[in-house]
Amino acid sequence: MALPTETPKAADANDVGLPLSSLAPGRRATVLCVDASTPEGRRLQELGFLPNTEIHVIRRAPLGDPIAFSLRGAQICLRRSDAARVRVRPTDAGSEA
Amino acid sequence: MSAGAATTPLRLGLVGSPNSGKTTLFNALTGLRAKVGNYPGVTVERREGSASFDGRRSVVIDLPGAYSLSPISPDEEVVVRVLDGELIDAPEALAVVADACTLERSLLMLAQILRREIPTCLVLTMTDEFQARGGQIDIPRLERALGIPVLGVVGHRGIGIAKLRQLLAKPEDWSRPHLMPPDEIHARAGWAESILEHVITRRPGTNRKSDAVDRIVLHPVIGPLLFTAVMVTFFQLIFAWAKPAMDFIEAGVAQLGKAVHTQLPAGLFADFLADGLIAGVGSVIIFLPQILLLFTLLYLLEDIGYMARAAFVIDRVMARVGLEGRAFVSLLSSYACAVPGIMATRTIPSPRHRLVTILVAPLMTCSARLPVYALLIGAFVPAIRVAGPLGLQGLVLLGLYLAGSLTALLVASVLTRTLLREDAMPFYMELPPYRMPTARLLAAQVWGSAWAFLRRAGTIILAVSIVLWCLLTFPRQPAPVGASPAEASRHALEHSFAGRAGHAIEPLIKPLGFDWKIGIGLIASLAAREVIVSTLAQIYAASDKNTSLRAAIQNDIDPRTGEKIFDAPTVASMLVFFVFALQCMSTLAIIRRETNSWRWPVFAFSYLLVLAYGASFATHRIVENLLR
Repeated sequence: MALPTETPKAADANDVGLPLSSLAPGRRATVLCVDASTPEGRRLQELGFLPNTEIHVIRRAPLGDPIAFSLRGAQICLRRSDAARVRVRPTDAGSEA
Repeated sequence: MSAGAATTPLRLGLVGSPNSGKTTLFNALTGLRAKVGNYPGVTVERREGSASFDGRRSVVIDLPGAYSLSPISPDEEVVVRVLDGELIDAPEALAVVADACTLERSLLMLAQILRREIPTCLVLTMTDEFQARGGQIDIPRLERALGIPVLGVVGHRGIGIAKLRQLLAKPEDWSRPHLMPPDEIHARAGWAESILEHVITRRPGTNRKSDAVDRIVLHPVIGPLLFTAVMVTFFQLIFAWAKPAMDFIEAGVAQLGKAVHTQLPAGLFADFLADGLIAGVGSVIIFLPQILLLFTLLYLLEDIGYMARAAFVIDRVMARVGLEGRAFVSLLSSYACAVPGIMATRTIPSPRHRLVTILVAPLMTCSARLPVYALLIGAFVPAIRVAGPLGLQGLVLLGLYLAGSLTALLVASVLTRTLLREDAMPFYMELPPYRMPTARLLAAQVWGSAWAFLRRAGTIILAVSIVLWCLLTFPRQPAPVGASPAEASRHALEHSFAGRAGHAIEPLIKPLGFDWKIGIGLIASLAAREVIVSTLAQIYAASDKNTSLRAAIQNDIDPRTGEKIFDAPTVASMLVFFVFALQCMSTLAIIRRETNSWRWPVFAFSYLLVLAYGASFATHRIVENLLR
């Protein structure tokens, strides 16, 4: 997604990361940040979605939503819309279009 | 030590996240003697059990499941308020229960708890699973890092429980943290990480067995098929398996009533004993087979770990009507009874999702409707096979279930789009590893629910049965001269209080095809739906004690028109009425308690009554025209 102006360096784009919801099942990533300005975001933090947390995308539900993740030893699921509040950086070799 | 030292029992709180094994541990510590109640002023279940640790009397408080002390769900709020000493006397010591496999997350809450400076110990559960997955943890080092006692247990096998009892006997001796953990969430995460880095010497791998099962159970194609199969089996079992036991109870109660009439001299006392008391008790215990079976299946699926998977599979569908996957579990529980179903909504963190789920739960076909359906379907729908093992009676029953369930989804969808729009909490649900259920925990859960039914609903049903017997008996009327015994009792009934009330509302329910006898049944069933069966039994037993209720309603003739009272339009209309109407005092009471206001029970009762009347009226008209 093209942000308005000021994205000259690749490093900056990396800092913004990708929404967790955009990762396909099987991908691995670490959390960059969670938008804590909303109660939903703060809740996700309390549940362990914190910077540097490793996340493995396990699978999508048969109807496409929600998505199951593994993090901090537990398997949990979030809806796509909530997973989008978590910005991540992929840590595996796969590339994101 | 002086004798006075043993007077006040030690108050010990168990804190932990859902799925941490807290309940198993609670049962292991207290046996099956849990006292279940409510916290004052709030609606969250309060579970306490007494125990003796090395001779020291203790009260173990099983606090509701919580992920954090920054509360978001009603359950979490209760945990915080209990720790603050607001709701009940604050516990003197805490045992934080954490699944060893998800320790990293549990430490986030443990940090918040340690800041409260209550004597605290950490109990690591599922240590067998942790090891089986290749994990290694240095417990003495964890004790040193946290500064508090730590103990590993396997709750369901009783491993480590004896040691835990010794530990819990002396919270005064527990070590305290040298440094207070940080409060801010990122700092807390750093604290947890730095501790675990030194303590977990080998991280556990993924749960391979569980993952393998999930690849099938949550498979894009197999998953939904399995889900459907489980749900279909679920209520087929409840209906088919409970039947022999219910028939047995029914026959037993009838036999007992007969015996009373033959052994005792005829009169008011014999009538009260046989037709009031014994019939009333019978109408309560007739439920037990279904309730026991249903709760056994529900808790079995829950304990195995399938319930969360079912919610995962169905969440997308529930989201379309504005609810969430866990609401499905709650609605599914409502197939047993809306009371536990509504109580189960406490696990839904979003207040809006929760309220809507509560408001539509009474539409799910609860087991209290089954006696009504069973009576009407058994008496009026021919037992013919339609295709293979599928019979017409079963299909009609399935149709009634579907009508209720689909209406619930429709109403939820309307409510979330109109009245209850704001607020959106993240949908968050844990998929615990599959676990072998233990008979002990299952028995405790099932017994707890059955007991809750007997206490909360059973007492109401029994009381109403007896009050009704009085309404059906008094004022006593002398029979007309020359009347047969059957005519005399019918005469007495028609002139009783209940008979008069039934006659009084007859003009209102005539458009639905109901006569005054059904009217009495409807008035009585406002207390609980199935009461209509015992009421009709009383009405017809009063008319003719020797025919069973089924035969009696099949043969009942309107003396004015000479036609059958229960004709096809009336039976259909009555079934439809029972699909929708909220005739259940217990449900209204539980909605009042869960929402803390009379507004919502009144709202639920009104909208469902309007729905029931409209649908019954339409059904009666349509069937009448079809048969013409």
